[in-house]
Amino acid sequence: MTMALSLPAASPRTWRPSPLWLAVPGFLLLVVFFAFPVARLLVLSVQDTETGAFSLASFARIATTDVYIRVLGITFKIAGYTALFSLLLGYPLAYWLARMPDAMRGRMLIFVMVPFWTSYLVKTFAFMLLLGRTGVVNEILVGSGVVSQPLALINNELGVMIGMVHAMVPLAVMTMLPVMAGIDRRLVQAAQTLGASPAHAFWLVYFKLSLPGVAAAGLLVFISSLGFFIVPAFLGGRRETMLAQLIITQVQELLNWSFAGALAAMMLVAALVSCWVYDRVFGLSTVTGQGSDGKEATGRLRLAGLAVLHGLAGASALLAAPVQRLFGARAGRAMLPAVSGAVIVFLVAPTLIVIPIAFTTSQFLEFPPPGYGLRWFETYFSSPLWVSATIRSFLVAGATAVAATIIGGLAALALARSNSRWNGAIFAFFLAPMIVPRIVIAVGLFYLFAQLGLVASDLGLVIGHTVLAIPFTLVTIAAVLKSYDTRLDQAAATLGANRLRTLFLITVPLVKGGLIAAFLFAFITSFDELTIAIFVSGGVKTTLPKQMWDDMILQLNPTLAAVSVVVFVIVTALLLVAERFRRSP
Amino acid sequence: MTATETTHSTTTHSAPQPMPHADGMPPKLLVDGLSKQYGQVTALEPTQLAVEKGEFLTLLGPSGSGKTTLLQLVCGLVDRSSGRLFIDGVDQSDTPVHQRDIGLVFQHYALFPHLTVAENVAFPLKMRGCAPGELGRRVKDALDMVHLGHLADRFPRALSGGQQQRVALARCFVYQPSIILMDEPLGALDKKLRDHMQIEIKRLHRETGTTIIYVTHDQEEALAMSDRICLMNHARIEQIGAPHDIYMRPRTAFAADFIGISNIFRGEFVHGDGRPRLSTPHGLFVLPEAVTASGKGGALVVRPEHLRVGAGAANSITGTVTEVVYAGSETRVIADLGAGTQAILRLWPGEPVPRLGEPVTAGWDADNAAFVP
Repeated sequence: MTMALSLPAASPRTWRPSPLWLAVPGFLLLVVFFAFPVARLLVLSVQDTETGAFSLASFARIATTDVYIRVLGITFKIAGYTALFSLLLGYPLAYWLARMPDAMRGRMLIFVMVPFWTSYLVKTFAFMLLLGRTGVVNEILVGSGVVSQPLALINNELGVMIGMVHAMVPLAVMTMLPVMAGIDRRLVQAAQTLGASPAHAFWLVYFKLSLPGVAAAGLLVFISSLGFFIVPAFLGGRRETMLAQLIITQVQELLNWSFAGALAAMMLVAALVSCWVYDRVFGLSTVTGQGSDGKEATGRLRLAGLAVLHGLAGASALLAAPVQRLFGARAGRAMLPAVSGAVIVFLVAPTLIVIPIAFTTSQFLEFPPPGYGLRWFETYFSSPLWVSATIRSFLVAGATAVAATIIGGLAALALARSNSRWNGAIFAFFLAPMIVPRIVIAVGLFYLFAQLGLVASDLGLVIGHTVLAIPFTLVTIAAVLKSYDTRLDQAAATLGANRLRTLFLITVPLVKGGLIAAFLFAFITSFDELTIAIFVSGGVKTTLPKQMWDDMILQLNPTLAAVSVVVFVIVTALLLVAERFRRSP
Repeated sequence: MTATETTHSTTTHSAPQPMPHADGMPPKLLVDGLSKQYGQVTALEPTQLAVEKGEFLTLLGPSGSGKTTLLQLVCGLVDRSSGRLFIDGVDQSDTPVHQRDIGLVFQHYALFPHLTVAENVAFPLKMRGCAPGELGRRVKDALDMVHLGHLADRFPRALSGGQQQRVALARCFVYQPSIILMDEPLGALDKKLRDHMQIEIKRLHRETGTTIIYVTHDQEEALAMSDRICLMNHARIEQIGAPHDIYMRPRTAFAADFIGISNIFRGEFVHGDGRPRLSTPHGLFVLPEAVTASGKGGALVVRPEHLRVGAGAANSITGTVTEVVYAGSETRVIADLGAGTQAILRLWPGEPVPRLGEPVTAGWDADNAAFVP
């Protein structure tokens, strides 16, 4: 074996490019159009507007102005409550779905996916029709004599919470579900054979194991809620103004970049601090579904946590006994489907209310409609403004989907093929546009585009939307590549295929389903996108969501219902196709 | 059987350069100091190995012994850390995988799920630009060779494990690579099917005259199929030789222990009149004739079939019967020799079976044992 030492130290390998090079296009795009503009915005926040010198004036102004402090407080309060209620409603539904056989779960998941991808504008519009002073609920209540005066259901905190929770429950469910589905059901059975009551088995085993998913869902909902402006703008009153609305006002009406930057910085810091806390407690990998390392808290914290779970288990066991005696075991078993069904109705039904209203013959948004016709669809399709906005949305979404699928696909391939220790960091960077609040990205991009002359250009929109869509395409394609057997590529190579032929003859056909799904998800992301469109699509060059937003601010009208139905139908159809392809490659 | 077999079997123990073949032809495959490091972990130490044209060589060893790494280095799926690779005397170290004239049969077949059986088999021919007419004929021939002509239009998932294995073989043999590597190709099959496929692979080897390097951790499979066995352990070659040679003359305790059942007696040399002897806790044993007793001592390896019940042999041991195992074609007796050692002996048909707890004496001829350092 001494000859081993005498061999030349230099590696005799021919130079082969690392697979990580495939991630370079996406990396550059995200550096230039995501990291740089966001960082620039943060720098603006500590610069004097006039001189550009270092100045903390903007932050001082926030700290000393009552109204800003209050908005900050409200924003955190609403985001916190939204996270809490989304978890409370989402957990039973996710638990119910997780217990289903795979095929059944795939079908039921549609009731979560459709509300998830339905445009926030459409959902919010639906709640305005449903809960407004002359809305469906009040018409029924007043008409049946239950109340004499219409109830104030929106333009207050209640309206915001209903809208926000409705918007966020699907995200919570979809984040919790993979963790729950991954829990070995036999563990609960084992706990019961070892003498645990069903309540103890659930809390001490199942619930404990599902906690990383619960925390991840809470984190994502909280961060997403921080940047919300559509729901509070339409369903909240003046007292429910949130941070994102302030930022829009600062940029659009006052052009105060430094102050907008300071507000964005606070939102970003809040989001990053939440992520950091989460990472310390649970490990970030559970958010991305990369398989947690099973980080366990140690010492007293862990014991305290277990004690709490024991308490919960004991309490619910105590509670369960009389309930069972009162209603019988069958009623107990029916509880979960009943609660889950109610949550699904809450998620799906409000949007459906738009459909009959869109076909009204009336000038007004009344319910039930006095008659049915296609009047408002005719108005929609004969309006040059709406038609050009629709066409622009389709073109931008198509271009975005192509770009995001290619860039995200190459990055996914790079990460799947490389075992570099940088993989985790690169993956996190590509997902960052999902974590950083959209409003922060949008304002940063607006500033950059203003300098590059890309404002009010389709190219600017496509770039912005591609940045937002890349996380979705990367995750979707990475998921199919993860279950892809790389030995097939090796087999192709040993059979004489070079890398390019292997890619196009073997890899791409086998992950085709994932690619199509990624394409459609990116398409929907762009088609629904409002935040960037508000800033970047100025003047006549508006997109469909931007046109809806402008109309909703100006005056609610039945044309909006017709547009909503068209958007809803298109997105749902694309989504169903995407789901089909994602499941059966 | 012995000396001739080992002339071209260069191991890590012998000279680094392989001896040229008698007729001056270079070996079919020459592994010249190939090695693989993963960071601090050595997957394969620098290794010398020459394989002759038409030979069936088995890489045998426990998992983690480096056999799969060696296979992947040969076909180029893994980048080497050092060394060179020659095929027919031509340096192929830097030839990319898809241009080496090597076929690989994967452990789990790696059939393309989106292609039919015929399309799978046609794939390597298409990569080589084979004309359509000839392609069809060769695919048909290859499928007929593995008796799967009637399943040409099925997809792989509709096939049983054994059928998928045959498709994988057909896909490899169809383009007639001059070297075929097989990575535990029968590992996923049950015992009966495995025995059957062993015979099939031997037949294909004989009919095509190709050179096969076969990886397995199953020593029975290695003994049954190989012209030579290359036994690997701890990322290096432990011993190379014909099956009979390696079974009868293991060169290390590992080789003795890994292949077949062995009784191993450790001890120190005692020099006196006549042949040198080995002093062990179980007795003083005469060494086989060929052994030169240099150094302190070593171990004697005695196979159960050479351990005959009864006194009278040159070397004998005594113990208590603790277990009698009936294995169909033979009966094995396990005896406790004291000092924490057990001996396994094999009863011939018709021999009386001792009872549990009875004392038993057994012995062997000095030349029926092997000595390992």
